Amino acid sequence: MAQIFHRSANFLARFSLFGTVVLGGLALTGVLVVARSPYITNERVSRNQPIQFSHKHHVGDEGIDCRYCHTSVESSAYAGIPPTKTCMNCHSVLFNNVGYLEPLRESYRTDQSIQWVKVHRLADYVYFNHSIHINKGIGCSSCHGSINQMPLVFQASPLTMSWCLDCHRNPQANLRPKDQIFNMDWKAPADQEEAGKQLAAEYKLRTTVELTSCSTCHR
Amino acid sequence: MKANSSLRAILLAFLGASSLAGCNYTLRQDMANQPRQNTLSPSDLFADGRSERQLIDNTVARGSVENDALFVPKDSNAFPLPITQELLQRGQERYNIFCTPCHGLQGNGQGMVAVRGMKHPPSYHQDRLRQEPNGYIYDVVTNGFGAMYGYSAQIPPRDRWAIIAYVRALQLSRNAHVADLPADLREKLMAQGAAK
Repeated sequence: MAQIFHRSANFLARFSLFGTVVLGGLALTGVLVVARSPYITNERVSRNQPIQFSHKHHVGDEGIDCRYCHTSVESSAYAGIPPTKTCMNCHSVLFNNVGYLEPLRESYRTDQSIQWVKVHRLADYVYFNHSIHINKGIGCSSCHGSINQMPLVFQASPLTMSWCLDCHRNPQANLRPKDQIFNMDWKAPADQEEAGKQLAAEYKLRTTVELTSCSTCHR
Repeated sequence: MKANSSLRAILLAFLGASSLAGCNYTLRQDMANQPRQNTLSPSDLFADGRSERQLIDNTVARGSVENDALFVPKDSNAFPLPITQELLQRGQERYNIFCTPCHGLQGNGQGMVAVRGMKHPPSYHQDRLRQEPNGYIYDVVTNGFGAMYGYSAQIPPRDRWAIIAYVRALQLSRNAHVADLPADLREKLMAQGAAK
């Protein structure tokens, strides 16, 4: 009886077993890499806004404090998007006839909200709270990056759960003195490890077990 | 006909896949987008499109009655809080956030926004403003004055008084006499002066 399979079929059979494992592994790796890439996390993607508001101009050039507009960042979960009136504090006088601010003036005239596009969007099952981070020594730029250099704001961090946990496991690396929280140019000093430990004690930070417990962020 | 419909199916599948990839959050699980209103999210329920509702006229927000004690009439020089180091430091911090863009760090009206073209506010160090009562400053912070809009929405009453205390300290800084200092501070100042 003639052979149905050629001798090389032995090799092909073994290779296909090997290939399934390797190709499958590669495919899985690919999916995981893509899921963590800016393509999915939207990291470093600037968003178009109804008015091309520049944080670089207002924060970097004019030196306006974050809290001038984001008034509730120290006291509430939500940092707060300023009402149109806050813009008008200055823009009733400054640039009050330029075309690109017409949506602002229209909003003020008609009492309709400007619909800004949300840049940092967490899943609804994450109960993020700005005030606790601010009051426990985490500065704005630790998560938001150098906002003072962004003409249009983009998300500077991946905002994935593993990224959150990196800091919740070792918050000492990012703790700042109280007067540096809103400093956009803060860099960790050389003795951050030691300083971070002291600050953690001063701020009465919870233990890593508590900080990484599910219910700290999910309820 | 058959070829046509399968082509359409392929096209639809392609469109579906590309919209999935193009949309920001569709790869996440369903509960990432729950049927609820997040802070300041838009809403179809109300005519103005806001989920955030404004206070109905003549309602009193919880906690706001306590602010009644902090109201001082325009012509009164009363100061409703005890003046402490903490209050002054709070005032300095709040002043630097909300007032320096126009009034400047020294209160001389040379803030960055004023320098860049906003109407220059008067210096706090002129005689008229040094003589105005506390209630007048409180009224200006709350309701605005001239080109300055009111800051009642941005600065709660207690912080307004902290700012007023700090503004008074700024005014004093240019008109204090060495003789006004406590003895130990005076000696320190003299020692520093002698060292230079």
